[in-house]
Amino acid sequence: MKQNILIIGATSAIAQATLRRYASEQANLYLLGRNQAQLDTIAADAKVRGANEVHTAQLDVNQFESHQTVLNQVFDTLKTVDAVLIAHGTLPDQKACEQDVHRTMTELSTNGISTVSLLTLLANQFEKQQHGTIAVITSVAGDRGRQSNYVYGAAKGMVSIFLQGLRNRLYAHNVQVLDIKPGFVDTPMTADFKKGALWAQPEQIAKNITTAIDKKQSKTLYTPIFWMGIMFIIRSIPEAIFKRLKL
Amino acid sequence: MSLNKSATLSGWGKYPTVESNVLRATQLQDVPNAILQNSSPALIASGLRRSYGDSALAETTLQTEKLNQFIQFDETTGVVECAAGVSLADVLNTFVPKGWFLPVTPGTQFVTVGGAIASDVHGKNHHLDGCFSQHLISLTLCVASGEPLTCSLTEHRELFLATCGGMGLTGVILAARFKLIPIESAFIEETTWKTDNLAETLEQFETHQNATYSVAWIDGLTKGKQLGRSLLMLGEHSEKKYVSYNLKTAEPSQRNVPFNMPSALLNSVTVKAFNTLYYHKTRQKQSQRQVHYAPYFYPLDSIQNWNRLYGKKGFTQYQFVLPKEAGLEGLTEILTKIVDSKRSSFLAVLKVFGAQNANYLSFPIEGYTLAIDFKIDSTLFAFLDQLDEIVLHYGGRLYLAKDARMSERTFKLSYPQWQQFQQIRAQYGADKCFNSMQSKRLGL
Ligand SMILES: Cc1cc2nc3c(=O)[nH]c(=O)nc-3n(C[C@H](O)[C@H](O)[C@H](O)COP(=O)(O)OP(=O)(O)OC[C@H]3O[C@@H](n4cnc5c(N)ncnc54)[C@H](O)[C@@H]3O)c2cc1C
Ligand SMILES: NC(=O)c1ccc[n+]([C@@H]2O[C@H](COP(=O)([O-])OP(=O)(O)OC[C@H]3O[C@@H](n4cnc5c(N)ncnc54)[C@H](OP(=O)(O)O)[C@@H]3O)[C@@H](O)[C@H]2O)c1
Repeated sequence: MKQNILIIGATSAIAQATLRRYASEQANLYLLGRNQAQLDTIAADAKVRGANEVHTAQLDVNQFESHQTVLNQVFDTLKTVDAVLIAHGTLPDQKACEQDVHRTMTELSTNGISTVSLLTLLANQFEKQQHGTIAVITSVAGDRGRQSNYVYGAAKGMVSIFLQGLRNRLYAHNVQVLDIKPGFVDTPMTADFKKGALWAQPEQIAKNITTAIDKKQSKTLYTPIFWMGIMFIIRSIPEAIFKRLKL
Repeated sequence: MSLNKSATLSGWGKYPTVESNVLRATQLQDVPNAILQNSSPALIASGLRRSYGDSALAETTLQTEKLNQFIQFDETTGVVECAAGVSLADVLNTFVPKGWFLPVTPGTQFVTVGGAIASDVHGKNHHLDGCFSQHLISLTLCVASGEPLTCSLTEHRELFLATCGGMGLTGVILAARFKLIPIESAFIEETTWKTDNLAETLEQFETHQNATYSVAWIDGLTKGKQLGRSLLMLGEHSEKKYVSYNLKTAEPSQRNVPFNMPSALLNSVTVKAFNTLYYHKTRQKQSQRQVHYAPYFYPLDSIQNWNRLYGKKGFTQYQFVLPKEAGLEGLTEILTKIVDSKRSSFLAVLKVFGAQNANYLSFPIEGYTLAIDFKIDSTLFAFLDQLDEIVLHYGGRLYLAKDARMSERTFKLSYPQWQQFQQIRAQYGADKCFNSMQSKRLGL
């Protein structure tokens, strides 16, 4: 059976790697993002790779008032959605945020509140259709606040808690809620970082994502898996010590 | 697009290395932007860095491997259009299951379409099907002005002839259209002939000139009467009726060489053992097997980072071609010199080239090409200079995609169309914009 897959933030490198996997399985795709030209390129690519139908629509996630309309359009077209992946995000300049309330609020909106808005609407649809997976890319950064990027961490952490609640709520409705926490991934978002041994490629993350969705997992997915151990340690450090660390 | 200040880069041979400003294009629009904003006189495109030497190295390097989207595919004709960063592995994974194969493929699938065009790569079917560019319908080139130009044999013809095989020196290839070939199976029927010496090897090539694929692995260490003893491997695409599970693609490899090996591990004893074992892997004069396309075309791809086997100092591949007339004599002279030098090499690969094409700098000319890996040490380059003289003497030339050290003189004597190439570059302002360490070394 051909799956119906919705991708929000479809121009993201991780999202692209993920949707290619669905394309080669002849899925029907609905791609949302803010850059229509890039969406067209990605849609053409997905078609060649084997996607059945590919739809696109423009969405700037910070325009909350458009969320309902766009999602209605998606569900009108696809009728049911087997899996949604929310992938959009930005990596804030933490130092700049510290000096600029507006900037901080915008980052919280892009990385947190916009997702909460979308999830609120999606949860009702999935509850109604009584099946499917809601998958959201948050981050290991949401596991603990650190001085180097707590604005981002706070937004991602909020989404993670929200997803926990949804998972609990939708359990009885046969809906899986997957919280994807990547570590360091080599994408445009992290282009300026020096890459080392802990870095993963988007294709590897994508593979873990589609495997978890295929297996109908409803949980937190650390990817690559070794981040589970790293974050366990990070979370276990007593705050009295942690507050002194330069992290 | 993004800028990483100063990364240390090298080609597949890990020699030479250079500090470079690295730009990575993630959308086609990034390419003209990068070209127009660039202030350094040496900007060069790079793909998957499978060229051995310094052809994709410069002060500023524009990475294109993330421009990896397909644009269009026509299921009736097999014509595919894609951005230049799409890898040949991606093409195979996408189209083998649909019954299509690459018209020409080099010995690794981890190269980009842009890199395949820029080196105008050849495969085991060159004697029949020519180079990669001969299957191109058109390409889009971003020239120094930032303008994208469609080039083909009929449109901007000279720019097309200069770009195919032009090592990135005319501009940045953005996209290409080329024709795949239909297959019924992902498997290859391989026939191996064992030969006793070079003369027999060349005779066998002659006898099997109609085989779709042919290549000989030469034992580069035996001397005298056995000089040039080989395994000649022929291949044909399997037909459906022979295989049960037809069009499956290759699994990515798990085997990896995790770090640079101490280079002393690779000495004439270990290499001799390897060569002897390899040569004797088949006992009969002739043997046959059915093999998946991946191990057939890409035996080395199954070990990731195998280039680390040669150690920190790196290695170079010496690949030359000699005109047909010079064949036996020239090859004998060069092989003898190599065997006498006791410079270890796992790989010595011999292949027959068919007719030359019209591109200004494409490597293949009708004749024989031999490729041998050499570990780099302090005396190697002087030795290779001597080989260069023999190659020149017989009217041959070296492959730019493998080269890291040939002299300007050798290049200009053996690539007689270099001046036409330069004229076209000047006409499009490429000479002031696109330069690599290699182009500077070769006086381009
Ligand atoms: C194991 C192995 C086996 C090989 N076997 C063969 C073989 O059988 N036959 C053969 O012909 N070659 C062979 N090669 C060489 C290889 O095919 C070429 O070097 C090829 O060009 C590498 O492509 P790349 O994408 O890695 O490009 P790079 O190595 O990154 O670049 C190579 C050249 O292409 C240019 N280039 C790359 N992308 C672009 C672009 N978008 N626009 C303009 N210029 C560009 C660069 O400037 C540079 O000059 C082999 C290499 C290896 C490692
Ligand atoms: N890379 C990492 O190391 C890493 C680690 C942990 C978590 N993550 C998370 O992984 C997800 C994917 O990121 P990535 O690494 O793939 O980076 P990316 O390629 O930079 O993707 C980020 C995407 O978010 C989109 N976006 C940003 N603001 C938007 C807005 N207002 N409206 C709509 N779309 C918007 C961007 O769209 P444009 O293309 O239009 O700019 C871009 O496609 C993000 O949620 C990120 O936080 C990444």
